[in-house]
Amino acid sequence: MAISFRSDGLNPPELTIGQKLASLNWLLVMLIITIAGVGCLMLYSAANGDWMPWAYRHALRFGVGLSVMLTIALVDIRFWMRTAYLGYMVALVLLGLVEVMGEIGMGAQRWIDLGVFQLQPSEVMKIALVLALARYFNGLTYEEVGNPLNLIIPLIMVFLPALLVLKQPDLGTALMMIAGSGAIFFLAGVRIWKFLAVIVAGLAAVPVVWQFLREYQQKRILTFLNPESDPLGSGYHILQSKIALGSGGIFGKGFLKGSQSHLNFLPEKQTDFIFTMLAEEFGMVGASCLIGLYVLVLAYGFAIAIRSRSQFGRLVALGVTTTLFLYLFINVAMVMGLIPVVGVPLPMISYGGTAMLTMMIGLGLLLGVSVHRDVRIARAGVEED
Amino acid sequence: MLKSSEQDVQKVFTRRALVLAGGKLALIGALGARLYYLQVVEADRYELMSRDNQFNLELLQPIRGRILDRNGVALADNQDNFRVEIVREQTDDVAATLSALRSIIEVPDWDVRRVLKDVKRKRAFVPVTVVENLTRDEIARVAVNAPYLPGIRIEVGRSRRYPFADTAVHITGYVAAVSESELTGDPVLELPDFRIGKSGIERLHDLEMRGTAGRRQVEVNALGRIIRKLPGEDGEPGRDIQLTLDINLQRYATERLARGTAERLPTEDPRAQLALAQADPALREAYADRQTVLINADGKVVEAESGSVVVMDVHTGDLRALASAPGYDPNPFNRGLSAKDWEELQANPRGPFTNKSVAGQYPPGSTFKMLVMLAALESGLAGEDTKFYCPGHLTLGDTRFHCWLKHGHGWLDMKQSVAQSCDVYYYELAKRVGIDRISAMARRFGLGEVTGVDLPGERQGLIPTREWKLATRGVPWQQGETLVSSIGQGFMLTTPLQLAVMTARLVNGGKAVTPHLEIRNGTPEPVPDMAVDSRHLEAVRQAMSEVVNGPRGTARAVKGGEGEVKIGGKTGTAQVRRITMADRLSGAYKEEKPWRFRDHALFVGFGPLEAPRYAVSVVVEHGGGGSSMAAPIAADVLREALRIDPIAPPGPTASRDGGKASPDTREKRGG
Repeated sequence: MAISFRSDGLNPPELTIGQKLASLNWLLVMLIITIAGVGCLMLYSAANGDWMPWAYRHALRFGVGLSVMLTIALVDIRFWMRTAYLGYMVALVLLGLVEVMGEIGMGAQRWIDLGVFQLQPSEVMKIALVLALARYFNGLTYEEVGNPLNLIIPLIMVFLPALLVLKQPDLGTALMMIAGSGAIFFLAGVRIWKFLAVIVAGLAAVPVVWQFLREYQQKRILTFLNPESDPLGSGYHILQSKIALGSGGIFGKGFLKGSQSHLNFLPEKQTDFIFTMLAEEFGMVGASCLIGLYVLVLAYGFAIAIRSRSQFGRLVALGVTTTLFLYLFINVAMVMGLIPVVGVPLPMISYGGTAMLTMMIGLGLLLGVSVHRDVRIARAGVEED
Repeated sequence: MLKSSEQDVQKVFTRRALVLAGGKLALIGALGARLYYLQVVEADRYELMSRDNQFNLELLQPIRGRILDRNGVALADNQDNFRVEIVREQTDDVAATLSALRSIIEVPDWDVRRVLKDVKRKRAFVPVTVVENLTRDEIARVAVNAPYLPGIRIEVGRSRRYPFADTAVHITGYVAAVSESELTGDPVLELPDFRIGKSGIERLHDLEMRGTAGRRQVEVNALGRIIRKLPGEDGEPGRDIQLTLDINLQRYATERLARGTAERLPTEDPRAQLALAQADPALREAYADRQTVLINADGKVVEAESGSVVVMDVHTGDLRALASAPGYDPNPFNRGLSAKDWEELQANPRGPFTNKSVAGQYPPGSTFKMLVMLAALESGLAGEDTKFYCPGHLTLGDTRFHCWLKHGHGWLDMKQSVAQSCDVYYYELAKRVGIDRISAMARRFGLGEVTGVDLPGERQGLIPTREWKLATRGVPWQQGETLVSSIGQGFMLTTPLQLAVMTARLVNGGKAVTPHLEIRNGTPEPVPDMAVDSRHLEAVRQAMSEVVNGPRGTARAVKGGEGEVKIGGKTGTAQVRRITMADRLSGAYKEEKPWRFRDHALFVGFGPLEAPRYAVSVVVEHGGGGSSMAAPIAADVLREALRIDPIAPPGPTASRDGGKASPDTREKRGG
């Protein structure tokens, strides 16, 4: 990393590793560890009070993720900016590869078998896209952002992977990518009327898109609208999840005592429905505390973004924060029956390797932005000149 | 310039970041609101649904009440039913386990195929029954070999058992699986092993005998596997029903009725072998799986008689025996009778399903004559010394009414008319008394209406009246019909139970006793008096004594020797088909007729003669003559009843003095 810089008083001097470690936001790291700890606890419960098969591996993965996160945080932020497009290209190629050699999993093509572990390129893309968009918008003036021609490239950057993911088909991830990117567009200064235009166009496209949805996707949306009409069919998951949540009450049934979870009425309790299990065993108090922890992480995200002196850092920080928010919101809203079941995990709590890794990389970048908050970055990803 | 544009970007970013933060907070607020709604507002509803999920109510089948005879011998009880089940998830190879099982106990091919099919259809933890009704010996063998039989387990259920098989089947009835139409929504009825009463006492007292099911909550998982059983409330066993019946007497009566005038020989007996060899193939077939054979006086194999024997306590109405033949074995109904066996029973011309004691209707024949006599005495139109001359027939208009004795009885008084059963005497009497008084007397003695006995399916018989004839036939009553009615023929129909009730009322001092099967606790209701002149009743009793004990009585053959209990009674022979003039001229009516055209043989009686205790009625379907066929059966049964239970009741209300049956006779049950 031979980055030369001029000490013109605007840029701070290059930081040493020690300084970086000292300036790391350790409270945020503690928060993340706490959330992952809750995850381990719930996975222990999901296995009826056993570290195997989930809790143990979850802790292990989190350990790996934690070191990845810290490493990323300590690497100079400009490195990530320079490699943003490369990372995006790699992620895009991987997504394309899923089409060719993807394994069939959960009724949709999502994974690539790399021998050592299975990679879910759509998860990688979530972060790669944030980085690529942040790099693109970094250095664009408000006027430049206002020029519609300058929006063509970033739109392609969003819709290319979104379409590939939709083809898998993975509606949830595609919508998450679009929503996350939308937030970056919004923060970058894209004019409000353009969003309105896109929303109107999007609504107009609903009947068309409906035609392209797979039958199971249509069915999910329909049963979401009235889950109790078909309690043993597709609405079963939502209904059982609501029963588990509701019966938890204010203080819950107690750790390891969730009858809905432990008697297997609750589906996928170690992955998508783990929040339900927590809410059943620890009640509204426990569920609110967990959401509170996430809100604290989100608040840190906003604080870090606002304090960053580079547009790249700001956009990456809120891009990652928004991704975390979307995971949280979609997952919790889904298990509470507010939106259809789309299969989005609860970050750092649900069992699953790739999602955890994605989020840890993202949080590493967030911490990195915090560490390098005073680094100014020009368009090319190097210091301004 | 650069700086200001950068500041612009930063300003826009910060403003919009706050908007975004606001939006996210609002959405998280929505999650919180939803959480509150589900976990606080709707918590009770979901709590209930969660419990519904978690717990299933398991019903514990109650033990069905037994049916006991008066001495406490079980006529219907519950037997441990050992069965072998297989649980698929506990064995690697169902087929291998089954073949290992087959080397230890017998398992039909058919069951093996069924099990192999069932285990695939049911969930892996659901047991599938392999074989049922195993003996203790077979169970022991399975238990010893358990280590080599993975997935096999032994369960014990209960099944209904009728130790006396067909002896009391018309009283006990039987239980069988609940049919679709009998489901009432009561979940107990849906238990796989639950049985309900389909006939007899089992049906009449079904609800009381069922008991109440215990309830237990079991915790189940989403697949229905039982995780935990919680303590619950125990059920209550059903009520035992104790009957007035004496099973030893019942068994004696059933056997005695079936034997008729024939002799019962073991199949190994050379005479039996010889007779069987010469018998009709159909008859030989019928005896193929029996241990005894009935041989008549000519040394020929004969079919068992069918009909009814009723023994009733004349004071209390306790039914001591209520035999109906032929019967059938109620035990197979518990598991489900094969269609073939069912059709065979249905097609049997002797009607094994009919309880002939209460649902068989027969002309009473000459057993009716006491009522005509009593009607005459009560009306004052004739006295005990009223005499008529019997020339063998009576002519009314252009119709000739015959007496059974072709050349007539000569001059007879009332007592002798009963003893010798002269028909002409009763034609004369009936002409004087008229049908109205005769019918009224018959009804007072319980004929023509149901007795109200506690058994389902009772029929009321028929006592004709003028009104009845006009209403149903549209033709006025003819005097000839009065004459025919006076000898218990014509329209007249009675059940054997009605005849027993009639007899009891004639000899118990004119009390309107009614029959019943269940032993009643507490003081019995006083039996209403029928307000019949006791001198007239005494005359009837004397006349009935003369039938058996008089030198010319029709049943003098059953008078009994020294030391035997003296009894009284009346024979009856009921024509099934009218004897035409052509028959009479050709003499054909005396020849052997096909079974279904032969006369019914009847006898009503009581004993002991001086202090009547029991009334008996015997009907042998198409059994020929009352004297030759019915009287010996009735006398034997009556004397057996008095031998089994000889103690005279201290008063007319005593009913529960029955503990006297000797232990050795009770041991022999089920034989």
